Formats: sequence, C-alpha cells, structure tokens
Amino acid sequence: MTMLTRRNLVFAGAAACTVSLRPALAQSDELQAVVRAFAANAPVREGKVQIEIAPLVENGNAVPIAIRVESPMSAADHVKAIALFNERNPQREVAVFHLTPRSGRAVVSTRIRLATSQKLVAVARMSDGSHWSNTVDVIVTLAGCIEGS
Amino acid sequence: MARTLINAPASARRGDIIEIRTLIAHPMETGFRPGPDGKLLPRDIIRSFSCRYDNELVFSMELHSAIAANPYITFHTVATASGTLHFSWEGDNGFAQSEIHNIVVT
Repeated sequence: MTMLTRRNLVFAGAAACTVSLRPALAQSDELQAVVRAFAANAPVREGKVQIEIAPLVENGNAVPIAIRVESPMSAADHVKAIALFNERNPQREVAVFHLTPRSGRAVVSTRIRLATSQKLVAVARMSDGSHWSNTVDVIVTLAGCIEGS
Repeated sequence: MARTLINAPASARRGDIIEIRTLIAHPMETGFRPGPDGKLLPRDIIRSFSCRYDNELVFSMELHSAIAANPYITFHTVATASGTLHFSWEGDNGFAQSEIHNIVVT
C-alpha cells in the first residue's frame, strides 16, 4: 500500500476520471456472468435482437427503451423470454419479459433508470433453446438513481 | 389504489395483433437512494406484471429497481376471441392491483 499523499490522491482521481470516461471495450465480467446465468451456460449469439434506445440520454431517471426480436411467434418457433441487463447500475438486472405464441409480435417497451453511461444487453431465449443478444452503448448526461441525496 | 392507464383497442378483427400499453402510478423506490436523514430508503417496487386473456397467460414481466417510476409497459397479443384482458401488478409491501379491459373480436 502506498502512502496516501496529496500527489497520490490527485493521480488516483485522474485515473478514476479516465476510467469512467473511456468507453468500455469489452463487457464487464459481471455483465458476462449474468448473461451466462440467464442462458444457463448455453452459447449466446449476436443477432435477431434489436434494442431501440436513444444513444445520448439527457435524463437517466426515465429512459424509453424498446426491444424487438425477429421471430414468427408461432407455436413451433417463438420467443420465450427477453432479459435486459445493464453494466453499471447498482443491480445488473433491469427486467425479464415472458412471451408466448399468443403475444403475436416479439416487441416490448418500457422506461428504465440508468445510473451512468454504460452498456445494455438484451438476451432473447427462443423456443428451440437458442439464445440471441444485442448490446448497445448509452451515454447519460444526468444520472438516475442518485437524486435525493 | 394506484392510478392506472390502459390503452388497448375496444374491438379488433380475429387474428389481428393488437398493441397494449399500460401505466401504473408507483414510486418504484429503488432501495439504493438515501433519504433526507442519509439512510437508504427501503425498497418499494412492483416486482411483477402479468396479462391474462380469458384466463390464459399471454404476457408477464419481472421488474427490478432499474424500472423507472410509474412503470410503463407495452406488449402485443393476438386478438383471438371476444373476452376480457386481466392485468395484474404485484410488488413489495403487499402491493397488488388488477384491472380488466374488455375486447370485442369480430
């Protein structure tokens, strides 16, 4: 452990800033872990899923988001569930939608909270057991979750 | 009773895919937010939502703290027969509410 000097503090602060400003290149381990857990260790492929969200969000308290999955939504081939995860809120889970062939169309939308700029991952579980995902980066200017302090 | 808004067609043709939009007044207190005394406010959220069409489950959702206050949820269903859509929300502190919407299918 290095001595906590004024200089060290300044360096530490600068390092923290660069970390938070740099766009994450890879998904964080924690995010990968929850996606793997949802897919029960089955392979998750990119595709079929589309997250619709503004790339630049002004207010993180209520961010409109829509998720659509390419699927005929027939009894033989439909989307069973769509899970939405985030990278940097206090909790990784955002929501899980459960669909049936009677849903007709695999399109859902809601409004979410985003604590800071981060990645969002949507994972769809199909009736044949395959998993498909989509990842988006969102920049948040006013954070949700921290007001009232 | 929390206020709810349900936007769904009153009538549809058989086989049509209809969009249903729901909104319920609820603070969705995250459990991560400090109150005026600096202590975390206890979590108070809606944890689940479901829609039954003539008693058959057509859509459900698990909600977490990251869902914004006054949860707004949209989804689709196929208009199969005239009947009743039954919506229900359940959450912390025994929160439970349900609403119905009648639809005429021709």
